[in-house]
Amino acid sequence: MIKTDIIIIGAGPVGLFTVFEAGLLKLKCHLIDALPQPGGQCAEIYPKKPIYDIPGYPSIIASELVEKLMKQIEPFNPGFTLGETAQTIEKGSDGDFIIHTSQGTAHKAPVVAIAGGLGVFTPRKPPIENLSIFEKDNVHYIVKEPAIFNDKNIVISGGGDSALDWALYFAENFAASVKLIHRSENFRAHNDSVQKALEYANDGKIEMILNSQVSGISKNNDQIVLGVDSKNNEKFNITCDHWLPLFGLTPKLGPMGDWGLEIQKNAIKVDNSTDYSTNIDGIYAIGDVNTYQGKLKLILCGFHEAAIMVQSAFKKIYPNKNNVLKYTTVTGIKGF
Amino acid sequence: MDVKIHVTDREGNKQTISGPTDMSLNLMELLKVHEYEVEGTCGGMALCASCHIYINSKNNLPKISDSEQAMLDDNWDSKANSRLSCQIPINESIDLLTIEIAPEI
Repeated sequence: MIKTDIIIIGAGPVGLFTVFEAGLLKLKCHLIDALPQPGGQCAEIYPKKPIYDIPGYPSIIASELVEKLMKQIEPFNPGFTLGETAQTIEKGSDGDFIIHTSQGTAHKAPVVAIAGGLGVFTPRKPPIENLSIFEKDNVHYIVKEPAIFNDKNIVISGGGDSALDWALYFAENFAASVKLIHRSENFRAHNDSVQKALEYANDGKIEMILNSQVSGISKNNDQIVLGVDSKNNEKFNITCDHWLPLFGLTPKLGPMGDWGLEIQKNAIKVDNSTDYSTNIDGIYAIGDVNTYQGKLKLILCGFHEAAIMVQSAFKKIYPNKNNVLKYTTVTGIKGF
Repeated sequence: MDVKIHVTDREGNKQTISGPTDMSLNLMELLKVHEYEVEGTCGGMALCASCHIYINSKNNLPKISDSEQAMLDDNWDSKANSRLSCQIPINESIDLLTIEIAPEI
């Protein structure tokens, strides 16, 4: 069991900066994020885009902001559980919260700060009837164990980096066959990957099926049959062992929506007049995930909310201690 | 001036909304102001397709950029008349535009 002072759900910019503000009060933090890397939207949606409204930076590239935040919180030695979704929350006998992730990792703390942004990044699933029946054995949105695809016939759908990267990977590593189905003729992946995939297509290592998309799925013994529609109205079937529809990730509020928190339009209602507390004592929500009258979904507003929130968290954790706001210009940074 | 836009939502309800041309708004933002269910997850950078709409009129719209095209190419419900509403600025050329909000991604 991982024990800390504040469990932060979401390792985006606001979650990361919470570690800093908590660190100034000598509170330890542990972050949980469904994505495999810190940075949230800045890392997943727009890593190369400039941001112009971070005070003090006329312009900063999103991924660089994440790097700088990681550097800024380094002295406070935060823990990370990455690539796992915060799934369930319960109260222990001592009043602390216990959060289990999708992979079963347990975390315990007296305070929870939800900095979940727009929610959990979850795979975009194609709207195909009965798809969920096949998700256990034949349809995969994420490649967790590449070894299960050895000697298998694989179909990949999508035109982005993950679709191309995995098509290349399986063409190079033991798959029996690799087919890549894409709605268009153009790919939005890195140029190097696109060039390589086209070479592999010429060499017969990858079969490219362009201007087409899968529209149906059915079972054939241990295999699946994909119904494919092309833009010129041809219809045909492909029998394969595995289908990987890789259409990127989209954020959903996810399991947090069932934690008994007051939800308003897909965001968590908080008390902005005091400390961004939710309707559950000890759980706060900051950044894009919360809502209140006049809410602005800006990184800089999330930073402000983090600073206010940790003051309240301190009083909750140490009800008998008086905290005095200290300026970093006076005391510097004392890590732990 | 204010432009008028005819909107059909995901349930098939029709409404005409109006938007000012002098506030540097895009159509995604205007739809959100009118509480339509477009997410605008990426904030308007043509990076998420959560503001996907269908255009059902012949207005003169800005050309589709490479990044918008890439998002539409990867989107399940894309049709020949698909656009990302965040890439359509509110100006005189879209007056009386007729749109339908695409299914949720």
